Amino acid sequence: MSREVTLKINGKEVKATEGMTILQAAKNNGIEIPTLCYNEQLKPYGACRICTVEITKGRRKRLVVACVYPVEEGLEVETENERVRKVRKMILELLLPLSNKGPIKDLAEKYGVTKSRFEAEPTDCILCGLCVRYCAEVKKANAICFVGRGTKKQIAFVPEIAPNICPTCRECYSLCPASRVIDLGESIYSLSIPISEKIKKS
Amino acid sequence: MGKTVKKIKSPSELRKLRREILKKRDPKKPVITVCVSTGCSALGAGKVVEALKKEIKKRKLERKVEVKETGCLGFCELGPRLIVYPKEIPYFKVKPEDVPEIISKTVIGKKVVERLLYVDPVTGKKARKLEEIPFYKHQLRLLLGNNARIDPKKIEDYIALGGYRALAKALFRMTPEQVIEEIKKSNLRGRGGGGFPTGRKWETTRNAPGEPKYVLVNCDEGDPGAFMDRSLMEGNPHSVLEGLIIGAYAIGAHEGFIYVREEYPMAVENITTAIKQAEEYGLLGENIMGSGFSFKVKVHRGAGAFVSGESSALMTAIEGKVGEPRPKYIHTAVKGLWEKPSCLNNVETWANVPLIILKGADWFRSIGTKNSPGTKIFSLVGKVNNTGLVEVPMGITLRDLIYKIGGGIRSGKKFKAVQTGGPSGGFIPEKYLDLPIDFDELTKVGSMMGSGGVIVMDEDTCIVDVTRYYIDFLSEESCGKCVPCREGLKQTLNILNRICAGLGKEEDLKTLEDLSELLREASLCALGTTAANPIMTSLNYFREEYEAHIREKRCPAKVCSALIAYYIQPEKCQACMICSRNCPVNAISGERDIVHVINQEKCIKCGICYEVCPFGAVEKISPPTPPPPQYGVKVIRKKK
Repeated sequence: MSREVTLKINGKEVKATEGMTILQAAKNNGIEIPTLCYNEQLKPYGACRICTVEITKGRRKRLVVACVYPVEEGLEVETENERVRKVRKMILELLLPLSNKGPIKDLAEKYGVTKSRFEAEPTDCILCGLCVRYCAEVKKANAICFVGRGTKKQIAFVPEIAPNICPTCRECYSLCPASRVIDLGESIYSLSIPISEKIKKS
Repeated sequence: MGKTVKKIKSPSELRKLRREILKKRDPKKPVITVCVSTGCSALGAGKVVEALKKEIKKRKLERKVEVKETGCLGFCELGPRLIVYPKEIPYFKVKPEDVPEIISKTVIGKKVVERLLYVDPVTGKKARKLEEIPFYKHQLRLLLGNNARIDPKKIEDYIALGGYRALAKALFRMTPEQVIEEIKKSNLRGRGGGGFPTGRKWETTRNAPGEPKYVLVNCDEGDPGAFMDRSLMEGNPHSVLEGLIIGAYAIGAHEGFIYVREEYPMAVENITTAIKQAEEYGLLGENIMGSGFSFKVKVHRGAGAFVSGESSALMTAIEGKVGEPRPKYIHTAVKGLWEKPSCLNNVETWANVPLIILKGADWFRSIGTKNSPGTKIFSLVGKVNNTGLVEVPMGITLRDLIYKIGGGIRSGKKFKAVQTGGPSGGFIPEKYLDLPIDFDELTKVGSMMGSGGVIVMDEDTCIVDVTRYYIDFLSEESCGKCVPCREGLKQTLNILNRICAGLGKEEDLKTLEDLSELLREASLCALGTTAANPIMTSLNYFREEYEAHIREKRCPAKVCSALIAYYIQPEKCQACMICSRNCPVNAISGERDIVHVINQEKCIKCGICYEVCPFGAVEKISPPTPPPPQYGVKVIRKKK
């Protein structure tokens, strides 16, 4: 049923199926686009913006996130040009004070972000929501959730649900880009305390 | 109450109903309309209505005089206001004790109560009609005009003024395609801020695959100081509802939602009443006016998040989830509410629809500018003489809006900037005051139309401090989902706080620019991308103010408390002790005949001394380095 479309990624002609995202099409063709909040098992979330790429449609160029944008016939995609790199560097500079571990550390090295102009509480959590979304979409348990909004957004375990499920499940541990959930899970007795409170305590 | 009304089954029955309503009304009968919208109510309009009713009862005039509670008329700071018909005499700042005089002099004696009239501060002339007041003279009140004539809780008032005729025309004399064509031809653009062509949005929704389709009203007006949508919903809810039903017919939707923020209880109440009454008359619900078209609508009350005004967030909220934006590479017109084609328009956009259907696209395009036809409602606030709600044709210059309608800057101060489009709009400096207001022109100078907030700032406003205020607002109201907006705004706010505290660094300006660029380039929704506007425009047009804060530790507008000091000028001080008595931290020393001195170490810069000094002896100085204190200086007495 799905039609095949041809698009250009970094100048190279690439075939993809309608309904695919740029990220999937790139991956299938061995073109790497960095991701942080993306996971194949989950619905695209488009929050970390690290997979930002530049597309050209007609004469118009714009930045989109590869994990959400659907492929189209004749679309031209640039995954590593100056404009894209600038955005990624800036995002990494903002994330670095929060966490300097795992994929964030690797990406920062790759893009030459050695130090950040910013200061922040090193919570290790970048609110990518992988744990929250995995628990909701795959496990359908909703044991972990976002609380608050804006710059005060945090992640917390749901006290009524988590103690019964989390100690035996632990499936989200491996998803966390900074292995932050492990620290959390180990102190599961205080599940209802938001992460940053916990950091202040420790 | 409780009366059953006959359902209208054809356009001729609507005409008949209108004739009947009009027949019962004597055009010569005195009617007193009192604005009871939020502004006037806060100023005591309720008590005025009570007094009117009591007085009328006392004089046994119940059958001869009618009191009507209406919506907002715009000139809010002069409320409570009322208009006495048939002569349409407007009275301002009315108090309950003025009521007997109004009844005896104006209603019975047909004379004017001179002291309640508006006096033009420039010419000294009294206005006997609204149109004689400069604030109104330069307006074109197509949408707001009826607010003064309608009791929003009575559908009959709306019908009497020709309400629902546009719906009848659309349903019986036009195909859905023709309705869309007419709206497209009118070039009506979304009044919620984006300025997207409404007709094209309707067409996309109509042609998008998938059923059912939805139509939605966005009344999540969250900009500080803005109340355009509120006033329409409170004052003339049927105009919005009629527009929505016409849109539903054109798009092929049978279900609609009206999203109203919880903070607008009167808007919720009035639109709910409007829906109920329209249903009773058969103007909404099954088989509308016998046309075969059915449409139902629900009111959804918002839970108080600014970001829910964003279309995808609003739809997510209606679905019962947390109001967070979704990436919209596929428009909500194609995949919106419950992934179905959904057409969301702002309150004001919908209210324009009946006018266009009734009077035609050509008429609409004759108003305003080529690319932004029609009128626009603005809430004009800040340091202007006349604040309130104004409706003007697009293309009016900022200067006319601020000086002709707004009456210029308060207390003879100097204009500094005007901020359009709410917290994520930009600051526009004096050199662009002759800019015609339309969607594209405002964008060109780095600001935007937004939903129509206009905040005027004078020389006493610190641009850095106001930018900080807006970024603080936006970082509170951001949903926190994407990194550029959440972390970017957090860091922007940190830097602005630092600059205002006198701790700014030279490189901060470059960092602010980098952050703005990231916000604009990479944020998920418009809250983030437009958050760059206040930062960029303030940096572009008022860079020297930032530099003064950073390099000289000086706040030119003398606002940022860390960068100012209060100082008593020895030659002006009359040693009256008022300041020292009022100082909450006892930082002022002084005695009879001896010039008072502020102890800078104790001073908390609350500014009370500055406010209370009757001689203007206390001044603000920036940078905060007053001359060394000299105790015991003798007062120089002023000659009386």
